[in-house]
Amino acid sequence: MSHNAILTLDNMSYAYGAKKALDRVSCKVEEGHCAILLGPNGAGKSTLFSLITHLYDAPSGTIHIGGHDVRRQPLKALGLLGVVFQQSTLDLDLTVRQNLLYHAALHGIKHREAEHRIKEELTRFGMLERAHEKARQLNGGHRRRVEIARALLHHPKLLLLDEPTVGLDVPSRKALVDHIHALCRDRQLAVLWATHLIDEIAPQDDLIVLHQGQVKASGEVSEVLEQTGQETIEAAFTQLTGRKERTLW
Amino acid sequence: MVMHAWRALMGIMGREGLRFIHQRERFISALVRPLLWLFIFAAGFRSTLGVAIIPPYETYVLYEVYITPGLLGMVQLFNGMQSSLSMVYDREMGSMKTLLVSPLPRSFLLTSKLLAGAMISVIQATVFLLIAAAYGIEIPAIGFLTVLPALILSGLMLGALGLMLSSFIKQLENFAGVMNFVIFPMFFLSSALYPLWRIQESNPTLAFLASYNPFTAAVELIRFALYGHFNLNAALITFFSLLFFLGMAIWGYNPSQGMMNRRA
Repeated sequence: MSHNAILTLDNMSYAYGAKKALDRVSCKVEEGHCAILLGPNGAGKSTLFSLITHLYDAPSGTIHIGGHDVRRQPLKALGLLGVVFQQSTLDLDLTVRQNLLYHAALHGIKHREAEHRIKEELTRFGMLERAHEKARQLNGGHRRRVEIARALLHHPKLLLLDEPTVGLDVPSRKALVDHIHALCRDRQLAVLWATHLIDEIAPQDDLIVLHQGQVKASGEVSEVLEQTGQETIEAAFTQLTGRKERTLW
Repeated sequence: MVMHAWRALMGIMGREGLRFIHQRERFISALVRPLLWLFIFAAGFRSTLGVAIIPPYETYVLYEVYITPGLLGMVQLFNGMQSSLSMVYDREMGSMKTLLVSPLPRSFLLTSKLLAGAMISVIQATVFLLIAAAYGIEIPAIGFLTVLPALILSGLMLGALGLMLSSFIKQLENFAGVMNFVIFPMFFLSSALYPLWRIQESNPTLAFLASYNPFTAAVELIRFALYGHFNLNAALITFFSLLFFLGMAIWGYNPSQGMMNRRA
């Protein structure tokens, strides 16, 4: 196991007024690892993502991406980050290629290099022949693929996925889950993947169980099972959070 | 870093340009509104509202001629509010997030967004001006050139106003209030439709308010520029309003202000 942590969160707390959303959260994601941030709706997953992406500033705790403090060196930290938000953020009136070129420009990639990378990523996702179609014409699964391709264009070290499979049908969901795992393996990419669906977890993944703003358990899947004394992730999750989550495809 | 910023600026302006091309309805409605005022409202009021000789005019002018700069301002005011509306929408839909998580200073990203919006605003205003000229509004040839910097400055100022509003409006639904509390008061309480001395005659308090309205400054800047003159006072008010609105917008979009966490 590599011990090169790409993302380190240390003692992060955040509150919306009087309501605590995150309470002293500490965790890390290592190079080439796919870390699943598992928690029920309202556990604080989206808040955590907003802090990592510097959309919010936390009054306490620190976040480092590739060794750069998000608050002090936001530009260096954000440059290492690829993000897929829960809601689709494609410009539906623009073509797939135009959406990707816009993203490449925001990351300062030269036009010619951007065209090359767009071709490469779209080929990988089997979407090259759709490059000149408007994003509006794509179905939910294909839009997601384009968004992941977009998040990878600037070669990030860490990919954040906020419930990327929401609203997808069963085959698209399975294809996406497999694809993300392959990316971790083949490109040594670190992934932090927020979900509340237990069946998206592979045995080799790392697990961070978040409940009511607190990390209830973290480590490799086997370690979490060992910590809880349970045989399945579902049972461990139920024990840690006191609730059952959906496991069906 | 400089090349990165330049590419990002081009990307943001290019995206805004593409959206403008794709949203033809938006362009047409942006033109129809002031044209209705010019063709119908101004024609109707021509006989009831005489305009005395006031600078920059050297002779009596028809009412249509008087309100043309005001309508140019109106095109830009609506454009500023339209981009504000689309930013609130983008924030709810999430595409504002993709912009703000880019590895560039947030103030630069917001300024780029402002420049892109102002570019569209100047294009719209120029097209309206050409139609007005074709309709018979006489403008000196040099005016088409000298009005451009004025349109750029006023477009930036009104765009910055929209940007600032978008950072403080919590939800899309609240936007209807912007029409009532920003667009209409700004437009009617200005020199766009009637000269300030006319307001002064009927209500000095309103005239006082109108004289400090940044929209009045924008309209007067455009009015003077159309005839090849430079109104320093109007330019200064417009410029400092631009700085103030942009500063407030950057402050409003600061992560520690928690703007992005205002949930719909």
